[in-house]
Amino acid sequence: MAKGVKPRVKVPKTAAAGDTITIKTLISHKMESGQRKDDDGNVIPRSIINRFTCDFNGENVIDVTLEPAISTNPYFEFEAKVPEAGEFKFTWYDDDGSVYDTAKKIAIG
Amino acid sequence: MKKLTSALLASAVFCTPLMADPVEDTLILNEEITMVTRTAAPAHVSDVLDEVISGWHFRGTETRAMQADDFDNPGMIFVEQAEEVWNTADGSEGKSCSSCHEGTDSMKGVRAVYPKWNEAAGEVRTLEMQVNDCRENRMGAEKWKYTGGDMTNMVALISSVSRGMPVDVAITGPAQSMWEQGKELYYTRTGQLELACASCHEDNYGNMIRADHLSQGQINGFPTYRLKNTKLNSVHARFKGCVRDTRAETFKPGSPEFVALELYVASRGNGLSVEGPSIRN
Repeated sequence: MAKGVKPRVKVPKTAAAGDTITIKTLISHKMESGQRKDDDGNVIPRSIINRFTCDFNGENVIDVTLEPAISTNPYFEFEAKVPEAGEFKFTWYDDDGSVYDTAKKIAIG
Repeated sequence: MKKLTSALLASAVFCTPLMADPVEDTLILNEEITMVTRTAAPAHVSDVLDEVISGWHFRGTETRAMQADDFDNPGMIFVEQAEEVWNTADGSEGKSCSSCHEGTDSMKGVRAVYPKWNEAAGEVRTLEMQVNDCRENRMGAEKWKYTGGDMTNMVALISSVSRGMPVDVAITGPAQSMWEQGKELYYTRTGQLELACASCHEDNYGNMIRADHLSQGQINGFPTYRLKNTKLNSVHARFKGCVRDTRAETFKPGSPEFVALELYVASRGNGLSVEGPSIRN
């Protein structure tokens, strides 16, 4: 079980209908690659976030597969079109089966 | 042929871009706080500097942009970690920082005036010394290592609530002798390379030292997140690194020498905004 995992997301509170907005996300996670060895020479087991998704009102915006070469605290910045008011839902999937999610509402105005 | 070569050489020389000057830019934090990153030098350094300039002006475009938004600033992850520690009880008294100080907002303005003379203890104290005094005597907890992660993160948390306030350390009164000692250290050449702090940061700021852009060595941005080691770095760890680079035996972090030097260097930045946690190379 990875410790100290905390998702952070930045989404504007409002946007004009049809606007393209920038979304920034970061999850604090050690992203242990599975390639390293500890002081005794034993392989440190892989423990990474392997998938990240973002949905807007049930419609998929982005779906990312993460690989072991990705650094600690993976950061994603992407754009999304906002046709209507609603909620962005963000989900991260951990190797250990844990799922972390968070959501942000956006209003039209 | 010789003429052509020298003509080519000449053009190469003239085409070299002038990278020496600090970048003209304004640091606006989170689109809210306009930071003072260059200002008239305080009276006690006005004989050697016209203007004091934050290290922020000496870094690249991307690095500068990262610091302008808390979400993009990786230093803030460590601040968040310290926030948890702030609220977690430790030691034999069963107290946390928040037991006495309540919210972290109560620390507003503290970073700006440290290092500071402590009347009761009769010494100049850095924030780190104050934190450890709290841990030892109020909480009954183990001292933290002076430049350790827990300590540096906590100092960054305390610093973060003062961002935008001008650095204003007192150099007269009881702190003066310590300040004089710090000043002497600043101008004393050390190591096989015989370099004083002033050799780089006063005489040559703005010039390139190999691939790196020399700043004035201001410490208003500490603790600083360094891209080279992806963690927060404390002032004394940086001092140690600098002294080591002159190929000298360094003072210990937390030693009276470095406390004096911190007081002096901080006073050179009086008037600049507190920036910590900042981002540097």
